Amino acid sequence: MADLLQIKNLSKHYSETVAVDNISFNVPEGCCFGLLGPNGAGKTTTIEMMEGILKPTSGEILFEGKPLDKNYYQGVGIQFQHTAIQDFLTVKETLKLFANFYHKSLPIDELIELCALEEIISRDTRKLSGGQRQRLLLALAMLNDPKIIFLDEPTTGLDPQSRRNFWQLINNIKSQKKTILLTTHYMDEAESLCDEIVIVDQGHIIHQGTPTQMLKEHFDGVIISLPGEIKGALTNNQIDFETKNHRVEILSENIDSSIKFLLEHDISLDGLQVRSPNLEDLFIKLTGHQLRG
Amino acid sequence: MKKFLAILSARNKEFFRDRAALSWNFMFPVLLLFAFGFMFSDESNSLYKVGLIKTSSESTQLQAQVSENKKAFESLKFIDFVAYQDVDKAIQKVDQHKIDLLVDFAQQQYWVNETSSKGYIVEQLLIGQHPNMQRSQTDGRAIRYVDWVMPGILGMNMMFSCLFGVGYVIVRYRKNGVLKRFQATPLTAFEFLSAQIVSRLLIVIAVTSILFIGCNFLLDFYVLGSVLDLLIVAILGASSMIALSLLIASKSSSEEFTGGLLNFASWPMMLLSGVWFSLEGAHPIVQKFSQIFPLTHILNASRDIMTDGASLYDVQYNLLVLAAMTLIFLALGSWMFNWGSERT
Repeated sequence: MADLLQIKNLSKHYSETVAVDNISFNVPEGCCFGLLGPNGAGKTTTIEMMEGILKPTSGEILFEGKPLDKNYYQGVGIQFQHTAIQDFLTVKETLKLFANFYHKSLPIDELIELCALEEIISRDTRKLSGGQRQRLLLALAMLNDPKIIFLDEPTTGLDPQSRRNFWQLINNIKSQKKTILLTTHYMDEAESLCDEIVIVDQGHIIHQGTPTQMLKEHFDGVIISLPGEIKGALTNNQIDFETKNHRVEILSENIDSSIKFLLEHDISLDGLQVRSPNLEDLFIKLTGHQLRG
Repeated sequence: MKKFLAILSARNKEFFRDRAALSWNFMFPVLLLFAFGFMFSDESNSLYKVGLIKTSSESTQLQAQVSENKKAFESLKFIDFVAYQDVDKAIQKVDQHKIDLLVDFAQQQYWVNETSSKGYIVEQLLIGQHPNMQRSQTDGRAIRYVDWVMPGILGMNMMFSCLFGVGYVIVRYRKNGVLKRFQATPLTAFEFLSAQIVSRLLIVIAVTSILFIGCNFLLDFYVLGSVLDLLIVAILGASSMIALSLLIASKSSSEEFTGGLLNFASWPMMLLSGVWFSLEGAHPIVQKFSQIFPLTHILNASRDIMTDGASLYDVQYNLLVLAAMTLIFLALGSWMFNWGSERT
């Protein structure tokens, strides 16, 4: 896959802070690319520089091999983390308003169907729920049939059902072979949607690759989780574990031998769970703190 | 053009669908106009005002005679005497009931407005002393306070509508991210700003015209000059106010701060531009200072057109100042404008 976007030595400094510090990565065409990190990691600053909204302090951004120019917005779609739309317009009027900004736009009816806007098409945008609002903003980002869509934490603040519905919409867009750049601090979201990810923390890239590749590289086995805090036996023995959210989590290469070990040490298996390591575990392993900050 | 028209139409819809703001835009000036109209409609002044034409080049003998006649008339109590050099202007004052009688002792002639009760009484006093003077009569209507204050109130409403209707809206858009969303499209700042200007201009002119026509129907304003000229003054005046508003709102995303700035601009104009009272008797420094306000030029031009029948040529100074202000504010405002995405 050719690289649609190339980020080279990108930095953004504010008066007292360095929000993004000399990062480089490429976004391949047709890929759902995740930019992950805790709050304040520099995700939004990075994505807004890529969107052409913020001016980098230094570094270069190339779209289809060329620096961003005035025609850039004809070919990209953007959904911001925090944004409002003009008051006193209906959903349809808002779509029509934005459609007028582009040389070419998708038929409104197609967008309505793609983003499940049928039921709210005549509703005043002030009266939309969080999920409905995000679907409208996604439709606005899709309006010009863009080559790349930037989605900055699109499901933050949504209830679980709305999040799942939104994921379905993103999967529909992915099936059209569109390139998507997604920032999120929800690891399940990244695992479910992203083909490739970059993890940033404090303005730096701390890891890059496909989710499967990254997990394979850093974890071998599964995580056995037990409720409560187990003192004594485990602390004195050579076993890889940590305590998280009132549970003990043991990284095990062999479930049978780990369970045998626990039973030998009279540790109750009540409430035992076995799961595969996820990106959140990876993040904690890499940085020593939780992803949601 | 497509982008400009789309934003223009969206902004107009927003304005007309915001019923509360819309009704206030109409009600506020009407309430003020009627309140002030009725409050001052019964203004009674116990003094009489008589204009005297100054004598200049007559012979010494005649001057002595004129002076004697004048002295006798001037000895009457409870009459204010005002000297005029320009006969036409003085006659216009009689027309407008600003003076009750005009006397030219040199020409043995006087003018009285036959619709003025006070004029009748002073005339009787004059012919009691000088029965042989030649009578000329006018029949102009009196200028009421409501005629005088109407351009002030409409101008003030226009000022608030332009300053807050553009400046406040842009800052709100910037604060809540509407501007940022527009920035992420091919829409340019010029297209966005010009649509805001044209939208507000259309709205303000429509509202002001409806108010003028509606109130004129009820109050029958004194309009000597051309209504079309008044419309041109209104368009140019509103443009200068909108441009000032864009300048004030060009950078900030704080509604409180911008609100403060807008008040800082509007209150001195409301007090010192001659909305409520004439600045003719004010201290020269105040008069000079008032020239920096667009509202002063709007009101001076519109009152000259309404009460003196001035043409656009006569008020060209005010029009030029308004045009210059519009261009300067607009250039600065566009240059300083930001969409609000850059943090520091």
